[in-house]
Amino acid sequence: MNEPTLKSNQHLGVSLKVHGLHKSFNGQEVLKGVDVEVRPSEIFVIMGPSGSGKSVLLRHMIGLEEPNAGEVLVEDKSILTPETMEDYRLAMVFQSGGLLNSLTVGENLGLYLTEHRLKPPGEVMRIVAEKLEAVGLKGQEDKLPSELSGGMRKRAAIARALVIEPQLILYDEPTSELDPLSAVVIAEEIVKLNERIQVTSVIVSHDREFAFGVADRMAVIFDGRILAVGTPEEVRSNPDKTIQEFLNVDFHLQKAKSDSKSK
Amino acid sequence: MFQNIGELILLFWRTVQSLPLSWRQRHKIFDQFFEIGNASLLMVCVLSFFIGGVLALLTGPVLVQRGLANSVGGLVGISMCKELAPVMMSILIAGRIGSSMTAEIGSMRVYEEIDALRTMNINPIHYLVLPRLVAIAVALPLLVIFSILVGWGGGALVAATNHQIAVSFQSFFSNLREVVAVKDVANGLFKSFVYALVIGVVSCHQGLQTIGGPRGIGRSVTKSVVNCIVAIVILDYFLTRLLLAMFP
Ligand SMILES: Nc1ncnc2c1ncn2[C@@H]1O[C@H](COP(=O)(O)OP(=O)(O)OP(=O)(O)O)[C@@H](O)[C@H]1O
Ligand SMILES: [Mg+2]
Repeated sequence: MNEPTLKSNQHLGVSLKVHGLHKSFNGQEVLKGVDVEVRPSEIFVIMGPSGSGKSVLLRHMIGLEEPNAGEVLVEDKSILTPETMEDYRLAMVFQSGGLLNSLTVGENLGLYLTEHRLKPPGEVMRIVAEKLEAVGLKGQEDKLPSELSGGMRKRAAIARALVIEPQLILYDEPTSELDPLSAVVIAEEIVKLNERIQVTSVIVSHDREFAFGVADRMAVIFDGRILAVGTPEEVRSNPDKTIQEFLNVDFHLQKAKSDSKSK
Repeated sequence: MFQNIGELILLFWRTVQSLPLSWRQRHKIFDQFFEIGNASLLMVCVLSFFIGGVLALLTGPVLVQRGLANSVGGLVGISMCKELAPVMMSILIAGRIGSSMTAEIGSMRVYEEIDALRTMNINPIHYLVLPRLVAIAVALPLLVIFSILVGWGGGALVAATNHQIAVSFQSFFSNLREVVAVKDVANGLFKSFVYALVIGVVSCHQGLQTIGGPRGIGRSVTKSVVNCIVAIVILDYFLTRLLLAMFP
């Protein structure tokens, strides 16, 4: 395994640029020309309805998918060259967690450090315990991922990304499956990490409150296209009808129910 | 099919290139090694015992009728170590170990675990394929040594106890020692080493190729076992010819 050759700027966020990204799966076009620029050290939130291509976009951003056209640049170097993966610490929190099921939670968290031999075992254990505590999973090192609830798995996955102390971190729906209280804890952790090591954070979410709470800037994606980019205020005041509808819909079921009863 | 063979060779080559990392992955190699031994040692012994037994049972009476009672040991000895032990054990291991390698790697693929490794800049070939390939390449020849010895024992027992054959242990093994040379055993071990590489590469490759959910994993496992067995049987013919030509 190649050691990431870390330079003195290891704790500084990197810039991320996406140019003209197109991607089709079996003839179905999922990304239809996406352009995004994420500035170093900012928290950038991508919102959009289910199936609009958010996860696919995120997978391109860390080089898991090859686009049909367009490119993804980290500090102006293509993500698809192996050197980029070695020069920068990157991390991703998968929508389903992506923990290795055959390893314990503790081993999962320490995986990056042990595989790249960045820290001695005792030190790894200390860091793992610390990050687990930060996400509210104190003392769960020896459990297997299958012994955790969905929300706990998600938090463990976030802790695994925290251990890496990355320069770019991608979160896919970090607060889905979490109760409101844990969601706030995770949001605080995300912001804290961003302040402490200036990591560039890209977050996919359809949790509006969370998104507007943490974002420095945000983008709204609909059906494989970016409809709006800007600060939360700019996006909120965007006159586009689809965006307004997406940002303001609410549950009206209770009303509909009582309406139908009164008939 | 040819694209598949190309991919297999590429995967094998990449794994060979990462061999210097074996020392680092030694814990994983040991784990895999013991898992293989645990899962198959008993089965290897039972199977080999009966294979040796049936060999003696079928050939013994015919040889005895023709006054060749003395050559039962040699016949069982040679067939066991040059052909039956390596091929049968490889097929057994393809079914027992190859399948579980494919299932494990396949489910890691399906549940985004391999993607997670890649985002951490951990090469799945170094992390998953290398330990498995090294472990099976060492374990299978060792299992074949067991198989040969137990098979000989089974043959000798049947030869001694079956009243149509009635060849004593002593004459069975003295004939066996006359006929079987060390190079014959080495021949069988070499074959099994090659088949071990085939099983390891095919199973891991099929696992990494898995798409779809649980059903995709099932499909991959079936495919990998069938491909391994077909490859072993076909390769066996050509390898045997080659070895016969090189060491007549
Ligand atoms: N590997 C794949 N093969 C084929 N189609 C895919 C693949 N990955 C994604 N898609 C398709 O791409 C589209 C967008 O999927 P994506 O997972 O990006 O949605 P999403 O915006 O993340 O939705 P959600 O909010 O529900 O997670 C979907 O229509 C999906 O069917
Ligand atoms: Mg998604």
